[in-house]
Amino acid sequence: MPTPPSAPPTRLPEPPEDGSDLPARIWVLRGVRAAVSIPALILAAAFVGYAGLARESGFTLGETLAMAGLVWALPSVVVLTGAITAGMGLVPAAIAVALASVRLMPMTMALMPILRVDGKTPRWQLLVASHFVAVTAWVWAMRHLEDHPREARLPFFLGFGASLTLFVFVMTGVAYLLVEGMPALPSAALFLLTPVYFLCSLWGAARISADKAAMAAGLLLGPLFYMLLPGLDLLWTGLVGGTLAYLGTRIARRGWR
Amino acid sequence: MTGAEAWWWPYVMIVVAGWLATDIWRWLGVLASGRLREDSEVMIFVRAVATALVAGVIAKLILFPAGALQTTPMALRILAAACGFAAFFASRQKVVVGVAVGEVVLIGGWLLLGLG
Repeated sequence: MPTPPSAPPTRLPEPPEDGSDLPARIWVLRGVRAAVSIPALILAAAFVGYAGLARESGFTLGETLAMAGLVWALPSVVVLTGAITAGMGLVPAAIAVALASVRLMPMTMALMPILRVDGKTPRWQLLVASHFVAVTAWVWAMRHLEDHPREARLPFFLGFGASLTLFVFVMTGVAYLLVEGMPALPSAALFLLTPVYFLCSLWGAARISADKAAMAAGLLLGPLFYMLLPGLDLLWTGLVGGTLAYLGTRIARRGWR
Repeated sequence: MTGAEAWWWPYVMIVVAGWLATDIWRWLGVLASGRLREDSEVMIFVRAVATALVAGVIAKLILFPAGALQTTPMALRILAAACGFAAFFASRQKVVVGVAVGEVVLIGGWLLLGLG
């Protein structure tokens, strides 16, 4: 009698270990869980500082929340606050905010190929997801999404983005109601949170030398273009700094080809 | 606030000059990403432009800040950010450490200088 084979010849396939077979809602929930994080606290604290600024500038609670929820990118929110406070008309204010928000387009372009499943993900889902593109969620996504299976990335990002937005939105409202005339020191400390947090996490999200070179170029060129070409400064910073960083590192990578 | 007095006018401003003026770029980004591949040279370039833009925002937030941070000397803000970034590296890229050290330097400097 032949000895039985050590492993049965027909065997149920093992589920893939990366979780790519899990239903989307599981990944949404994992995204929600990932949003319970230090970056969320830092961003909420930065928006608490913003709530103080909005209240001092005479905005109502509803207006403050509408700006936080609809615009979502904090630097653009601050520009809009300044434009309305300065009494700018609708069109000049829209131009000012649009110029301050151009960065969202290349950021979104850089994220989408990571987020989507080519030929499968409907475009409207990407359009919805794109609203969450702002520095915090973008940096987090660029750093972590590629560790997950492709099918999981969009639900994971949606869960993260939606819960981050909701949490920060609620904290902004609570801060607006509680913080009357915030003292200068905590207010200044809250306003410093955003740039220092962005500084560290942007470096953390940089995967290749071109990203790091671009970051250095942007830090140096940003203030320079702000003084030379206020209004269009960020656009020029991105185009000039990004092009220099790309060309410089490309030559280092592949020579003059 | 100035401008029209109707209660809804600020909301028109926020929807048109805030929401549309920002989300239009996100939508254009989705549409323009088209068939861009994650590992293509174009993609490396787009990432570099996006990263330089974000870095420009960071530099502006430190050098030309809004709100109460305006009252601090620029040198203190740069020092705080530089110490935070250095601590981030020293701690093997722990963002929390970087942020905490940056804040300690700012608050310490504020108290030493007797500001506000």
